Amino acid sequence: MAQRTVEIIVGLFMIAGLAALLFMALQVSGLSPKAAESTYTLYANFNDTGGLTPRGRISMAGVTIGTIDSITLDKKTFQARVKMAIHSDVDNIPADSAAVIRTSGLLGEQYIDVSVGGDMDSLKPGDTFYSTQSAMNLERLISNFASGR
Amino acid sequence: MGSSAYISLENVVFSRSGRRIFDGISLDIPRGKVTAIMGPSGTGKTTLLKLIGGQLRPDSGSIRVDGHEVPRLKRTALYALRQKMGMLFQSGALFTDLSVFENVAFPIRVHTNLPEDMIRDIVLMKLEAVGLRGARDLMPSELSGGMTRRVALARSIALDPELIMYDEPFTGQDPIAMGVLVKLIRDLNSSMGLTSVLVSHDVTESLSICHFACIIADGKVIGQGTPEELRAHESERVQQFLQGQPDGPVPFHYPAEDATTDFGLGRKA
Amino acid sequence: MLDRVRALGQTGINVIVSFGRSGQFLFGVLRGVPKPAVGFPLLVRQIYSVGVLSLAIVVVSGLFIGMVLGLQGYTILSDYGSESAIGQMIALTLVRELGPVVTALLFAGRAGSALTAEIGLMKATEQLSSMEMMGVDPLRRVISPRLWAGFYTMPVLALIFSVVGIWGGMLVGVEWLGVYDGSFWGNMQSSVEFVDDVLNGVIKSVVFGFVCAWIAVYQGYDCVPTSAGISSATTKTVVYSSLAVLGLDFVLTAVMFGNF
Ligand SMILES: Nc1ncnc2c1ncn2[C@@H]1O[C@H](COP(=O)(O)OP(=O)(O)O)[C@@H](O)[C@H]1O
Ligand SMILES: [Mg+2]
Repeated sequence: MAQRTVEIIVGLFMIAGLAALLFMALQVSGLSPKAAESTYTLYANFNDTGGLTPRGRISMAGVTIGTIDSITLDKKTFQARVKMAIHSDVDNIPADSAAVIRTSGLLGEQYIDVSVGGDMDSLKPGDTFYSTQSAMNLERLISNFASGR
Repeated sequence: MGSSAYISLENVVFSRSGRRIFDGISLDIPRGKVTAIMGPSGTGKTTLLKLIGGQLRPDSGSIRVDGHEVPRLKRTALYALRQKMGMLFQSGALFTDLSVFENVAFPIRVHTNLPEDMIRDIVLMKLEAVGLRGARDLMPSELSGGMTRRVALARSIALDPELIMYDEPFTGQDPIAMGVLVKLIRDLNSSMGLTSVLVSHDVTESLSICHFACIIADGKVIGQGTPEELRAHESERVQQFLQGQPDGPVPFHYPAEDATTDFGLGRKA
Repeated sequence: MLDRVRALGQTGINVIVSFGRSGQFLFGVLRGVPKPAVGFPLLVRQIYSVGVLSLAIVVVSGLFIGMVLGLQGYTILSDYGSESAIGQMIALTLVRELGPVVTALLFAGRAGSALTAEIGLMKATEQLSSMEMMGVDPLRRVISPRLWAGFYTMPVLALIFSVVGIWGGMLVGVEWLGVYDGSFWGNMQSSVEFVDDVLNGVIKSVVFGFVCAWIAVYQGYDCVPTSAGISSATTKTVVYSSLAVLGLDFVLTAVMFGNF
């Protein structure tokens, strides 16, 4: 076969490899090309974050509106402080909304659901959620139930 | 380097798989002449050529080619020296994935930066010399054994080497091709002043073209000289080899235990 | 008894010697990088015969393995009512393990054995010797492009394998068994990490590609130049490559995904 033909085929082969890598990045691992989408920061304090992890999802009415940046321990209150990056276009979260840790499905991963309040004021960048609800802990639930409380 | 020896071996010892193939062999190959190296098959003629080409290293002794001590050469120097050598392998050893033309062009492309039309001219000239200009587009798998050998010869002279080594060039050639080869070897030698080493067990053909011949057996040179000197050599072993007598001092058998023990006749408890 | 011990010791020494020889061989190959003008066309040709020609078997295997993962995943996960996690299961299995490992095993069988046989035959027909006598180093001219071709093509093949496998899994899971495709991709995207999963998988396949190609070219170059020698070298290529891939996979997985 002519060297030229071989070169073209090999070129296509390598491009197919790059395309596969791109597919892996965008469609499979969900890296979005507009990765630098602008966000603002909100905080929430929880007594128990359960299995919440950084890069986890934050949703409102089931729609993803941001991701978890980091989870740290507040050494004064012994609570977990979750730093969240919320998409800038969602700038009208009522100030009395609650951040609730939920589990998708019975065994799925945990995420933060924002249950909407009724306040006219909105949370501003750097604000902290006033009310939160910690992770539902199955074990604790069961032991509470068993001891009849 | 006033000496006329292009290649000289001194006391070369070489063993393979524990068997001593050369046991202190010494040999001078004169510059610009055709030297025939003869001997029964399995005596190490091919091995000798590989030692000269630096593909094998002797256990001890010295091998000098054009003043260079081959076993001690660094890789780069060795590869540079090899560009001045051509070797015709017993099997031809053509590159099976390249056409006849590309096979002959291979050393030229690798070692020079000549333009394509010049390469074409050289290749066709070399192929013409071996009578295979018309076969340039064939693949090696489409050639007969004799044609393969001739293409390989064209390839080994592609770069106009100073030294060319032929390993059994006559085996498997029809009488006409043989005549062509004999003429070719002689012409190459006389027109280009090539030093030629011809390895063969074909006594008549070899003696007819060489200026100088030597016979090796048992890891040693048993006789050397001009063809006339050899024919008149007093050694029995030389005469046995030249005349092809089965019985004589040169053993026909590969070294083995005594036949009676081997066949189990003389076995003791 | 003493004989057995001696034989064992002999085997051990032989193993060490062959490691030494193949290491020396690798050094010889890597030392001589051919000039780009000469080396590039050779490399391209080898990527063609090592990579492009292995594409068919990789794509077909990837498709079927993905489909089987879809089926099995569905039956197991639907017992827990979480069949929507099938996307993440398929993607993680393929990207982390099956993609690199199965591709490497296929590569050893398809391309590695061919490399060994080709080089072995070149040795047996004195092509390598004659190249050496022409002042051309066969390590650079013949071996090096083949080694690098394995190095470059394996990650490409493994990525294509994984993509086709995920597509096959989606075919079964979404199109056939009716998993909602939003949760199929959504679950996948939230659990697959580009750097931790995809890139680590690529690193694995780069390592496998290098090792498989190294074993294949070494076995060819070092074989006994007879038909029996070539056939045993080809077998060795497939066996050693498979073992090396599986063993290395364990080590790499422990380093990349283990929590220590
Ligand atoms: N690769 C090898 N390994 C071990 N022994 C070899 C090898 N090649 C050749 N020999 C031995 O070396 C001897 C000389 O071989 P060779 O030079 O091919 O003989 P010639 O060309 O004179 O027929 C033979 O007896 C053969 O058994
Ligand atoms: Mg021979």
